[in-house]
Amino acid sequence: MNPEWDAIVVGAGPAGLMAALTAAQGGLRVLLLDAQPTPGGQIWRGAAAGQRGAAGDLLRDVASHPGITVLSGAEVVAAEAGKSHILTVTSSAGLTHIHAARVILATGATERFLPFDGWTLPGVVGAGGLQAMSKGGLDVRGKRVVVAGSGPLLLAVAAGLRQKGARVLAVAEQAGLPGVAAFGVAAARLPGKATEALELAAGLRGVPYWADCAVVRASGQDQLQSVTLRRGRREVTLACDYLAVGFGLMPETRVAALLGCSLDAQGAVEVNVWQATSVSGIYAAGEVCGIGGVDGALLEGFVAGCAASGQIERLRDAPRRAEIQRQFQSVLERSFALRPDRLPTPSPATIVCRCEDVRHGQLQGFTNWTAAKLQTRCGMGACQGRVCGPTTETLYGWRFTGVRAPLAPLPLSQLLAQPTVLGPP
Amino acid sequence: MPEQTLAVLTLEGVRVTVPAGTTVLAALQNAGLSPLRRSLSGEARGALCGMGSCSECRAVVDSQTVRTCLTPVRDGQNVRRLMEVNRES
Repeated sequence: MNPEWDAIVVGAGPAGLMAALTAAQGGLRVLLLDAQPTPGGQIWRGAAAGQRGAAGDLLRDVASHPGITVLSGAEVVAAEAGKSHILTVTSSAGLTHIHAARVILATGATERFLPFDGWTLPGVVGAGGLQAMSKGGLDVRGKRVVVAGSGPLLLAVAAGLRQKGARVLAVAEQAGLPGVAAFGVAAARLPGKATEALELAAGLRGVPYWADCAVVRASGQDQLQSVTLRRGRREVTLACDYLAVGFGLMPETRVAALLGCSLDAQGAVEVNVWQATSVSGIYAAGEVCGIGGVDGALLEGFVAGCAASGQIERLRDAPRRAEIQRQFQSVLERSFALRPDRLPTPSPATIVCRCEDVRHGQLQGFTNWTAAKLQTRCGMGACQGRVCGPTTETLYGWRFTGVRAPLAPLPLSQLLAQPTVLGPP
Repeated sequence: MPEQTLAVLTLEGVRVTVPAGTTVLAALQNAGLSPLRRSLSGEARGALCGMGSCSECRAVVDSQTVRTCLTPVRDGQNVRRLMEVNRES
């Protein structure tokens, strides 16, 4: 039996689902990997196969396609590009080697966190983080929530939490109103987006939206009790149960980095019009190629799936649709560009590396990531710099160079056992 | 209302019944078990990213340290928080 898959798709969000389905329609035997317990990614977390709408349709089509094997709860811990690419994957079944002729990376994005006093208190959570927790079963009914940071995700999070019964006290955006308005106008021009925006607005009726607003500090004893924001020259303190705070999304490029794929100046995986990366046989689609939302992710997944399986005739309409998405993406980037005077300011005592409790004051004197890491243990804890690495790029202008295998924490039992090989059925 | 399946697990020695399909993290949070852990210097900590990146929500489930946000609830699970102020394995 040939143990090589035709294609591995890493990540089962919209881009990965669409890439897997399209590649399988082109006759490839596809393995679709995802770290979460069920497919859907972050935006479609908890969606059920067959439910009404795009998510339900795609999840159903992927689940029922005989050419696709779905492996949930599986994380890539090591990756090597070659004639046959090899991914090492951890799951409840142990450590597994997977060989494939092609890899499609649809690893999505993670939230950017910036430190301020009190951000390590329980109750201070990511904006997308609180949304994910709520979809995972956290009961937010009656909870007072302040949503802060930057980006259109804040609005979606606020509306979603409200629908689940939370009391959203305010949405605090660091960008100025002109930027936010420009984004709204651009979004409304996209097919389908105007309705979406109207629904969002209806879901947020009565919630104050404060542009030009900075997070100053979170306060409480062992638990968040209040958050202080700065609006203009005035500070406002709101008592709350959760501060849901995120400063935009960053492409999740760690697997791409291990495979040697080139990144662009924004830190996204560089791809050509066929979604091919700089490494032969490796494609990328969705937020890992730049933050652009679900419609762009679906389109890129489709293009990557077609390209990987040689279905060029299906791509006739793709360049035109891609151009619309690219315009949307550039307005998104400009509208919510982070403004240094509106970002939280850590004090010397503010923790930057949450795993090793390394403080801002300990890090300020260093000129690069490696030196700081060796001297302070910054980035050497459980998350391996996934949170503090990007933070130090924003705070100190360092280049985060800490991506190495294993990408996820491994139990000792898996490290010591001989990995098995997972081939196609 | 569709019938909902339930899971019975033990959180810090207390048996709780929670809906299947939710996460161990949600079970801990809904049970009011905060903080979820103590940091190296003894700070109270809770979940942050909710999607498996930050490891702040780690706890011991059936004697394995896991990220509880990535761990679905299962019948019979035994969950303990990492409250000691030292390095865990």
